[in-house]
Amino acid sequence: MPVILATDLIVYALALSAAWFAVKTRRDGNVRAAWLELRRRRLAMISLALIALYAAVALADSIRYRDAAQGGGYSAEALSLLDRAASGLRTRAEKTYSAPFSGRLFSKESVELPDGRVVRDYPALKYPGAHWLGTDKVGGDILFASLKGVRTGIVIGAGATIVVIPFAIFFGVVAGYFGGVIDDVVQYVYTTLASIPGVLLIVAFMLLFGGRGYQGGLISEKDVALAFFVPNDRLFWLCVILGITSWTDLCRLIRAETLKLRELEYVQSARTFGAGGLRIIYRHIVPNLMHLVLITFVIQFSGLVLAESVLSYIGIGVGPEMGSWGNMINTARLELSREPVVWWNLLAAFIFMFGLVLPANIFGDAVRDALDPRLRGR
Amino acid sequence: MSTPIVEIRDLKTYFRTPGGVAKAVDGVSFGIDAGSTFALVGESGCGKSVTALSIIQLIQGPAGYAAGGEVFVNGRGIMRLTEREKREMRGAVISMIFQEPMTSLNPVFTVGEQVAEGIRLHQKKTAVEARAIAMEMFGRVRLPDPASLYGEYPHRLSGGMRQRVMIAMALACKPGLLIADEPTTALDVTIQDEIIRLLNELKASTGAAILLITHNMALVYRNAERVGVMYAGKIVETARAGAVFSQPMHPYTVKLLRSIPGPEKRGLMLDTIAGSVPPATDYPAGCRFSGRCPREMEGCASMEPPLAERGTDHLVACHLHDPAFMASDRSGPLRPETDGLAPIQAARTERRTLLEVKGLKTWYPIRKGIFRRTAGHIKAVDGIDLTIKKGATLALVGESGCGKTTAGKTIIRLLRPTAGEILFDGGGVRDIAAMNEAGLRPLRSRMQMIFQDPYSSLNPRLTIRETVEEGLAVLRPGMGAAERLRKVTDTLERVGLGVETLSRYPHEFSGGQRQRIGIARALAVDPEFIVCDEAVSALDVSVQAQILNLLKAIQQETGIAYLFITHDLGVVEYIADDVAVMHGGRIVEAGTCEAIFSNPKDEYTRRLLAAVPRIDGRRLPARRLP
Amino acid sequence: MFSYIVRRILYAVPIVVGVNCLTAALFFYVNTPDDMARKILGEKNVTPAAIENWKAGHGYNLPAFVNAKESGLGTLTQTVFFQKSAPLLWLDFGRSDRNNIDIGGEIKTRMWPSLAISVPIFIAGLASELFVAMMLARWRGTLLDLWGLVASVVMMSVSALFYIIGGQYVLGKYLMLFPISGYDAGVHSIKFLVLPVVIGVISGVGSGVRFYRTVFLEEMGKDYIRTARAKGLGEGRVLFKHGLKNAMIPVLTNVVVSIPFLFYGSLIMETFFSVPGLGNFTIDAIQSQDFAIVRSMVYLGSILYIVGLILTDISYTLVDPRVRLE
Repeated sequence: MPVILATDLIVYALALSAAWFAVKTRRDGNVRAAWLELRRRRLAMISLALIALYAAVALADSIRYRDAAQGGGYSAEALSLLDRAASGLRTRAEKTYSAPFSGRLFSKESVELPDGRVVRDYPALKYPGAHWLGTDKVGGDILFASLKGVRTGIVIGAGATIVVIPFAIFFGVVAGYFGGVIDDVVQYVYTTLASIPGVLLIVAFMLLFGGRGYQGGLISEKDVALAFFVPNDRLFWLCVILGITSWTDLCRLIRAETLKLRELEYVQSARTFGAGGLRIIYRHIVPNLMHLVLITFVIQFSGLVLAESVLSYIGIGVGPEMGSWGNMINTARLELSREPVVWWNLLAAFIFMFGLVLPANIFGDAVRDALDPRLRGR
Repeated sequence: MSTPIVEIRDLKTYFRTPGGVAKAVDGVSFGIDAGSTFALVGESGCGKSVTALSIIQLIQGPAGYAAGGEVFVNGRGIMRLTEREKREMRGAVISMIFQEPMTSLNPVFTVGEQVAEGIRLHQKKTAVEARAIAMEMFGRVRLPDPASLYGEYPHRLSGGMRQRVMIAMALACKPGLLIADEPTTALDVTIQDEIIRLLNELKASTGAAILLITHNMALVYRNAERVGVMYAGKIVETARAGAVFSQPMHPYTVKLLRSIPGPEKRGLMLDTIAGSVPPATDYPAGCRFSGRCPREMEGCASMEPPLAERGTDHLVACHLHDPAFMASDRSGPLRPETDGLAPIQAARTERRTLLEVKGLKTWYPIRKGIFRRTAGHIKAVDGIDLTIKKGATLALVGESGCGKTTAGKTIIRLLRPTAGEILFDGGGVRDIAAMNEAGLRPLRSRMQMIFQDPYSSLNPRLTIRETVEEGLAVLRPGMGAAERLRKVTDTLERVGLGVETLSRYPHEFSGGQRQRIGIARALAVDPEFIVCDEAVSALDVSVQAQILNLLKAIQQETGIAYLFITHDLGVVEYIADDVAVMHGGRIVEAGTCEAIFSNPKDEYTRRLLAAVPRIDGRRLPARRLP
Repeated sequence: MFSYIVRRILYAVPIVVGVNCLTAALFFYVNTPDDMARKILGEKNVTPAAIENWKAGHGYNLPAFVNAKESGLGTLTQTVFFQKSAPLLWLDFGRSDRNNIDIGGEIKTRMWPSLAISVPIFIAGLASELFVAMMLARWRGTLLDLWGLVASVVMMSVSALFYIIGGQYVLGKYLMLFPISGYDAGVHSIKFLVLPVVIGVISGVGSGVRFYRTVFLEEMGKDYIRTARAKGLGEGRVLFKHGLKNAMIPVLTNVVVSIPFLFYGSLIMETFFSVPGLGNFTIDAIQSQDFAIVRSMVYLGSILYIVGLILTDISYTLVDPRVRLE
């Protein structure tokens, strides 16, 4: 039986829009031209491939279902495809820390030798060689933890923008096209929201709502409110809140672009046919500012991934059970002050985050260059 | 013939592009005598601006690079100077003024500082001395009150004044060569005239050679000693100005001259050039005009003609004038010669009034103070009367900011007038001025508009089919899809575009083709009246000729009336039946085209007409090709 | 100019009121004073009497938005919303929920440590970003530009947390160049400030350089730059004289709005380095769920933002003669 989280919808939406874009590339000459421009940049294509790899992991971690239990009904836990594929990593827990590729635990314990003597030594691992990136305090595999962080990173990076795009487009276009009182009201709303310090808004919301809802970890029966849908997903609310703090930029951008487009000759031409506001917005304005939306989406992506780690670090991000690089850094900070130092948790979070954010930045630049003629060729 | 002080030899400037090496300038040679003007003319993309930037060594790498050639000024070669020597040469030996006076001056420094900067740099003067020289230059370019002007920022100056500042800056260090790249294109006609006269005066008094880059043939006619016609990165013909206009030798020059609209061509179709300019990355192997040339011969496509002297002081790159080539077996004509200027059938004599405008005003409020109270109005259109006859063309002419575009948009009710009356159908439809959008609906298909900018007038996200069918979709919702498609294909065919364009997007088309699509969009709803807002102003002269021919032909077929809003008096003289001259929101003079041009009564009209550079029609080439 | 500033301030009033209403709705309606009391007194074993007692003691014992018991203006003023929000308008922040400290006084003392680390980061950061960006723009298209750009993209792809943790570990703990964290008043603060300032500058330099480089490159394509080159000016002079002053317009847009926020400190830096500034204060309040403080800081932040916007507009008149505020 499938179980769907509210944030899974974001991942599905992302996958669907990628597919839609691929179809569109075949048909629409404009999109194809931009795509060909992108294709010429080798670095951008390598970055895209890496991002796609991350996205695939996130997708695999977003499709989950319960198995039929032996005694009829279903098992309590819903495992994702990723959990199942990496079940070797997930289940082979050690006792505590072990360094990458190490065959032994990191701390000395009393070990009983075959001859019965008891010595202080580094005990052998139960699964030597299985933990490429080492294990954490409770013996969990770091590689697996990092992989679980992929979905969180992707969802935050993409989701925070996706959930507010419709609102930003609607309010921005309406304000820019109709002007007057509507414009005043929309400008008032976004200036007010923008004037509240983003991080405090996030803090306030999370303090008020964030204690509730699904906090991460395995999904059991008690989390599932409806039959198979978990709407009260803390990560989802984090997306919404991050979105609210960042939508004003997009809204402002869209409003300004609409003001410009409204005066263009093709819009004037539509008006000479007596075309109504809705038709003009739908046919002439919105399609011509989608490139801004796409640019904003890719440019914000990396910033949001970084923001998630900081928020989780302050303790107002995703729940402690949810796999996240921010949480890994948070625990790693204490491990750094141990003697000897436990460094692999931090290193793994660093590599995985860097591996997503760097390609995202490179690809974002390329997309902007390809779509924004003002900056083209630079 | 005196020795030229500027000598350009086989100049080549290439650009690396994704599509290959673009040979923007590909072997250009000419000389300029001291105190004279050499005009480089040609259509956009022919390489004339790149030539200018190459001479002053301002081609920006890494894409662009000098591929060869040499420039001598006062006998000194400058291509192989060090970067430092080149810098010392710029502004002192060669200086340049640009097309856009609005953006060519730095907005955050005063004009005085900007002029003095070059003087201090090149003449090693102190700030005080440089200031004195700069003010003296302001006086020489006849800027009023140099002392107070010195401290002004550019945005406080008009376009004409800024261009004078640019000229002062360029001439301050007494250069041997002044390059003027479209110096008057962005200016109004009357200002244009003043600037060009100023340049002529200064070249006489300073002895500087001027390289004038322009697309405006009429400007060249009176204001240059020699002319070079550029096509596809090369000069195809160069001679004294008079000779180029009266005895052009290259078929391209002939075609170009015959496509310029003017009074002498009224009632005739303008000449046009088939095809389009080849891309700079992929020129034909032989003559670059082959494929488009009306006199093309068998050998033209494979053998490149050299630029050689074929008449007295008249160089041309064409096999037609090469006796050796003409005697060879390659000189067989490739296709039958066609003679362009076909007569247009006499216009319909029916002259009922179609549209009348009475006392039309469009005012914009000016808001001031803390509470943005309306403190006054900008009277963009301030009480105009117009009468447009069925099947006729009324030209509304005037300089920028006179309110002509606002008037056009108000008449077609894209704007709501402040006061006045618009009547349609000879008074059959009244109160258009006060109608709301619902009331206007039945009129929308009868009144249409064609826009200026071929790039922003088409939605880049819509296919040509979607663009052309938009009016039908909105105004004829009952029309079936099949019928609509037929209507769209018919209309496209009428403007000379085939069915294959239907599913393509605007970016795949050239400027002229886009303008055809814009015309098709307006025509699709069968209008009786079209406002053409500077509809041909952004186009190159040969493309402009095609569009003007098309508009004429459509008027012939359908009896559409045009309100032709333009600043180009040559076009007006060619196409308009009636003319109204607008100035400061009002119409200062109206009448038939002939009456206005032969006997202008109003002072402003006279000034306007006197300022327009014109080619004497009688000196233009005969109707047959040479 | 005067009329413009007056108008801008008048425009700001509804925004301030809006912020106030929004935070009030969050803190008094969604999260009622009863919830607050329960959190502060401990979730378990709280008697209704104790809650009422706490509410009365902290001024939360009134109805949230409308007081039906009062008449006239009193129906609106004798409410938690009015009593708690209106004083904020004249910057009276009241007392905190948990320890009953004077928030206004706390802000005044704590803003100095905040300024002590945020101002050096701001100045050193901006200067180094502009300088590097101009170097890259001056030698655009060369290997220096390419590798500079690569380095800045790489640097901006690393989370600030890594810079802080890495910096503390390498420079503080391993090389023992600086104390890892802490703060001291007066001149002694310098030894504590070097590390956070260095790390703060490094963590921002990547994105800053990349942004300003784009600004300068855009500037270098302008017509008046071509004019300056045609005049015979050297590339350096073109960039530093003609380019820089024009580029100040987008730079100011980006920078001035953040100047008032220097008072505000940085949440992360201050907690990591144990600087007793406003950022630290806010984090403590969040962790102890002291909503009076959080509300005050939200309000202060929005005031600073609005001040920043007005300052931005005024700063344009300094560099751009075309801007006239009327």
